[in-house]
Amino acid sequence: MGGRAVESGVGVLHLPRLVRLLFYTILLSFLVLFYFYPLASILTLSFAPQGQVSLEPLSRLFQTSRHLETLWFTIWQATLSTLLTLLLALPASYVFARYDFPGKSVIQALTTVPFVLPTMVVSLAFTALLGPRGLLNLTLMRVLGLDRPPLDLQHTLAIILLAHVFYNYTLVLRIVGTFWSNLSPQLEEAARMLGSSRWRAFAEVTLPLLVPSLTAAAVLVFIFDFTSFGVILVLGGPRFATLEVEIYRQTVHYLNLPLAAALSVIQILFTFGLMMVYTRLQASTTLPVELRSRRAVQRRPQGWREVGFVTANVVLMVVLLVTPLIALVERSLTLDGGVSLTFYRELFRNPRGSVFYVPPVAAVRNSVGFALATVVLSIILGLMAAGVLSRRSVRASGKVATSSLTDQGGMFAWLPRMLDPILMLPLGTSAVTLGLGYIVALDEPPLNLRTSPLLVVLAHTLVALPFVVRSVLPAIRSIQPQLREAAAVMGASSWRVWLEVDLPIVARAMVVGAVFAFTVSMGEFGATSLIARPERPTMPVAIFRFLGRPGSVNYGQALAMSTLLMLVCTGGFLVIERFRVGEMGEF
Amino acid sequence: MPLLELDGIHKSYPDGWTLTDVRFTVEEGEIRGLLGPSGCGKTTLLRLIAGLESPDRGRVWVDGKDVTHVAPHRRGFGLMFQEYALFPHKDVFGNVAFGLRMEGLDRPSIEERVTETLALVGLEGFEHRDVSQLSGGERQRVALARSLAPQPRLLMLDEPLGALDRALRERLMDELPEILHRAGVTVITVTHDQEEAFAIADCVVLMRAGEVAQIGTPEDLYRHPSSTWVARFLGLTNLLHARVVERGRVETPLGRLQAADADAGRGGGRRVQLLIRPEAARVGGKGPNQVHVEITGRSFRGDRYQLDVRHTSGVDLTFVFPAGAELPATGESLVLSLDPRALTLLQGNA
Repeated sequence: MGGRAVESGVGVLHLPRLVRLLFYTILLSFLVLFYFYPLASILTLSFAPQGQVSLEPLSRLFQTSRHLETLWFTIWQATLSTLLTLLLALPASYVFARYDFPGKSVIQALTTVPFVLPTMVVSLAFTALLGPRGLLNLTLMRVLGLDRPPLDLQHTLAIILLAHVFYNYTLVLRIVGTFWSNLSPQLEEAARMLGSSRWRAFAEVTLPLLVPSLTAAAVLVFIFDFTSFGVILVLGGPRFATLEVEIYRQTVHYLNLPLAAALSVIQILFTFGLMMVYTRLQASTTLPVELRSRRAVQRRPQGWREVGFVTANVVLMVVLLVTPLIALVERSLTLDGGVSLTFYRELFRNPRGSVFYVPPVAAVRNSVGFALATVVLSIILGLMAAGVLSRRSVRASGKVATSSLTDQGGMFAWLPRMLDPILMLPLGTSAVTLGLGYIVALDEPPLNLRTSPLLVVLAHTLVALPFVVRSVLPAIRSIQPQLREAAAVMGASSWRVWLEVDLPIVARAMVVGAVFAFTVSMGEFGATSLIARPERPTMPVAIFRFLGRPGSVNYGQALAMSTLLMLVCTGGFLVIERFRVGEMGEF
Repeated sequence: MPLLELDGIHKSYPDGWTLTDVRFTVEEGEIRGLLGPSGCGKTTLLRLIAGLESPDRGRVWVDGKDVTHVAPHRRGFGLMFQEYALFPHKDVFGNVAFGLRMEGLDRPSIEERVTETLALVGLEGFEHRDVSQLSGGERQRVALARSLAPQPRLLMLDEPLGALDRALRERLMDELPEILHRAGVTVITVTHDQEEAFAIADCVVLMRAGEVAQIGTPEDLYRHPSSTWVARFLGLTNLLHARVVERGRVETPLGRLQAADADAGRGGGRRVQLLIRPEAARVGGKGPNQVHVEITGRSFRGDRYQLDVRHTSGVDLTFVFPAGAELPATGESLVLSLDPRALTLLQGNA
């Protein structure tokens, strides 16, 4: 039945061949020009700076121990962060997978907020909580009657690790928790009935089944910690540097582009390798496990032990995820011990009356402008991508595979298969590297965009595109072929089918994709810090600049602007929660 | 002494659902069925016996010992789950050997016992198959082998045939009791399917809304349902309001009928419900209890006819006849005689 439908060309979203070809051309040109070309330029710069291939810049990296130390620090802080995140999030994953309790959905939504928060906001939030003038220290000083802050966490490894846990806790919760909640509790019960204790049943049955999802989560968290930038830059201070931070410093402070490029190459090798491991693992997460509906396996905690366990985890979650944000807002509203809007008011003033001085509020305007442009561009490209990629769903569903392939024409059969992972690549590419690539590649003919605001929009679109595609694609794939067939039987042309069936269903997912693109663009710091023109800073860039200047007013303005950015992103997140279909797209 | 005794089990859930004062005993070596519509609490009761849940009140006794608060893995029971819950990361051998490993048996004994058990369920040579590649019937047998291998004192089966297609169920309804009797194990089997319970169990506990409705052999239940609810649950729909006239005689809308039921002797004038079992009717006016009916529907079911008739008083009844019976067409009139032995008096009005 399905086979015949595909042969007649109705079973799947059937864009005319010419249109598909056009979409492929546009998408591939975009990727080649604004992703592969800049990366290739970095390679050229590091291996053949004078036009001759040489490994000298790379070998120079290892002449001093300095860069090896940077690499070593990058690896072990990422490892430590990942382990800590897993350790803290694993019990919570169990709680979310197996128990139902009042306020659960609110808390679940809350844990996802960090996912959309810009690194600048998070870094500021942690200094506001744990810094020398942070909420915790001030409270301790008041309570204990001390005249100096008792805790010195600023520029320590501890605060970096905490911020990393803050960021990635939700990833583990989502990936492992979701998998766990679909795992039938009967498997563990079966082991219990066969004579294993609770722990033995966990070790022999549950843990082995969780391993793929655990590893997938660990690899993803590791990638994010490995390429950590804003957090290290702000919270670590001059003492700490990951590869990403070092690339930034070499570029901005020492203007040593060849060395930065060489470091980027190392970073690219690592992240691509890890991305490949991740995609492999994600595929194997779908073990032939009998998955059950979540409702059926979740229950209220019973007895003081279960209630205590659930409560402890929820409290930990709220303390970890909410207190930094509260501290950020509280600090931004406090001046000399009283509530004050001074810092916010300062954002709108130009104290020196200078024509060269950019008032901070301009950064808000720039950010919103860039973000809106990013939304438009990434939605257009995202829809094209989803349109051509949705054909893969037919092949994935098995039987109708061959007919759809022949229908598509052998020449282009490999295209969608290739395009999907390629579109995901920017997720695993470090933003600073990308920014560096833009500086190296796009500031000279044939393509000189160095002074164009478009450069920022292009970089943001590249980072946002995977989010848009992952939001829209599942919605398109969820449309049952019968719906399209029914519309076609009733006389709708393929364009009409798309308009009447696909578009209304995809519209919600488009809203989610758009908001994702908006928040990603608002918060992007790594690439923007390199490519934004000094006279056209975005909010994260402005925050970072405030931090570089002395005085409590500058720091206060950084807090105020971070709070605004947090509100924008949290607002965006609420829209996502409201409109998204099912889980967070296909992550 | 019974192997298992449930003594006034109570259990309530936050959503208002409860088990109320459940009590019965299970003897060594018997196959006991727990039958009831879905949501009647039979699976919960099974989980309570297994130790996966604990009762709010009441006790679970095994061999005269109170095991109410003993952890499931220390009870020495077996449980086969409805969806089998085979370990997807282990092969057939790994699944069947699991319980034996927990007992701490050495490798040769484990291998011997796995081979034995697989042979018992008819899966010789399946040791190294991947469980995801098994058919539904094979999975069911692996699950059975896995729960039988440690030789549990009590084996519980939760809807053992529920996930199988019709043809396979028919076959396993014959094979399952045979395998269980051969293994010599005491069994509690839970099902919502009356045919399955009757085919497998020696004795059936019928449950309704968290309470025991009736306990008895399958024949007992079918011939003497204790209430109209039990009768309807068992698919017996010919229920009439009746009044006892004298010993063995009742007044009904069909006229005065003779019922051989022993209970019919007591309490003249009493209002009761009369159950006429579907196999009660014979064609022709020779016996007692003659009734005049019109045929409203006739369907051929392979091994039998099902006949829907309307009595002249307007009462609708359903009867079954052997496949070889000569029956008039729909719309024709007919005289039936009802076997007094297939007429039972029930208490209550519902």
